[in-house]
Amino acid sequence: MMADKQPKIAIKGLHKQFGKKIVLNGLDLEVPDGQSVVIIGGSGTGKSVLIKNILGLLSPEKGSILIDNQDVVGMNRAERESILQKVGILFQNAALFDSLQVWENVAFGLIEGRGMKRKQGHEIAIDKLADVGLGPDIGSLFPSELSGGMRKRVGLARAIAADPEIIFFDEPTTGLDPIMGDVINDLIVDRVRHLGATTLTITHDMASARKIADKIAMIYKGKIIWAGPVSDIDNSGNDFVDQFINGRADGPIQMDVRAG
Amino acid sequence: MNPLASIGRTTISFFNTIGRISLFTCRAVFHCFVPPVYGRLLVRQLIEIGYYSLPVVGLTAIFTGMVLALQSYTGFVRFNAEGAVASVVVLSITRELAPVLAGLMVSGRIGAAMAAEIGTMSVTEQIDALTTLSTNPFKYLVAPRLIAGVLMLPLLVLVADIIGVCGGYIVSVYKLGFNPTVYLERTWDILEPLDVVSGLVKAAVFGFLISLMGCYHGYHSRGGAQGVGAATTNAVVSASVLILAFNYIITELFFAI
Repeated sequence: MMADKQPKIAIKGLHKQFGKKIVLNGLDLEVPDGQSVVIIGGSGTGKSVLIKNILGLLSPEKGSILIDNQDVVGMNRAERESILQKVGILFQNAALFDSLQVWENVAFGLIEGRGMKRKQGHEIAIDKLADVGLGPDIGSLFPSELSGGMRKRVGLARAIAADPEIIFFDEPTTGLDPIMGDVINDLIVDRVRHLGATTLTITHDMASARKIADKIAMIYKGKIIWAGPVSDIDNSGNDFVDQFINGRADGPIQMDVRAG
Repeated sequence: MNPLASIGRTTISFFNTIGRISLFTCRAVFHCFVPPVYGRLLVRQLIEIGYYSLPVVGLTAIFTGMVLALQSYTGFVRFNAEGAVASVVVLSITRELAPVLAGLMVSGRIGAAMAAEIGTMSVTEQIDALTTLSTNPFKYLVAPRLIAGVLMLPLLVLVADIIGVCGGYIVSVYKLGFNPTVYLERTWDILEPLDVVSGLVKAAVFGFLISLMGCYHGYHSRGGAQGVGAATTNAVVSASVLILAFNYIITELFFAI
């Protein structure tokens, strides 16, 4: 357990399976208020499923997810709306709405979700685009006209548009070259510090994890098998963590090289 | 392979699908009547379904009317009943051909587009993004399309009725030598309000089915480009089959002796 005081997010005994495949197997995790926790782990270990359960996009079979001490499992839509108002998300491929201009994407949650006037939403969107290093001219483009790095930046601008208390980052550097990945990492650190938000990031990019994290947790077979400060990651004393952060094929983690 | 197990799996899968479509329909209809209504999206769908479908529906209607006049003439002339051509054209067009053919054409154009657009949104996490941005995907994506489908198909069919009858008139008068005044009189005399109304009711139902199938298959598409392709095909095929089935049911309700 990592928390000294009331955690912002507390997950206890989370269990999720699809058919006979168990993805989350009694997962426990605490994300302290104002801290950045990064979950590392290989592909298919349940990282994305964990975030989707926290957001209510999937329903767990067992366990609890407390956000600000409120259990979000089994909440009705109205109750969940109030939780989602505190949250921003950067999706893996940004998940920008193709039919809307960039500024409309950034201001979407403000205009459609909170009923803000379009003019005011436009002004905020241009400010948020500036925060992630994009000029106002980008605001009138469509997502299909942007590069991968620009899409991530727009996704980040959308995630921080409503000044959320909690931000989730789903593989923020996946698909980017190392330099652009580092630019995104810097932007995340800078904006999160500026907002004072609590963040939960999932990634298998160790460079990103080291840069973003206050604390790191490793997920394996649906459970957190190690958690600790980022400074301890190289001396974790855990063979699974050592194998993962050093990217070795040999070790206790055996990858399924055949389907099924 | 055990044939009984195979039949069992197919049966369970069938009822599972029926249940999912029923739940989807209930949620979709509920959100059509509960605010907020996204006016900009509704207008966009009205234009997309109504205005942009006019050329394809118009062309289908005029050629159908022309062929109908020609075929009925060549058949009726053997019994000296060529005077019935105007009646056959107008009743066939308004009661059956305009709604069914317009429905099938719009299904190919709009149902496929809806499934592809919503399916792409589903597989690229855009629908998840909508939810996390405090926007109900049913209200934002499904309700405007359902409302637009129900409103625009009857208007398209009304236009198709007029164009189809004009097609029959053109062939009858300019190719087959019918008297224009007599042809129009016979068209008008035989036509009852119920003939047009039944076609419009069919059109509204078909519009609902096209939008519902497009949204349902798009919403549940999985597995990247292949999944979106399958959703598009399923949307068009299921909407087309349902249009033909409901065409019979509605005809039975209106005209059963």
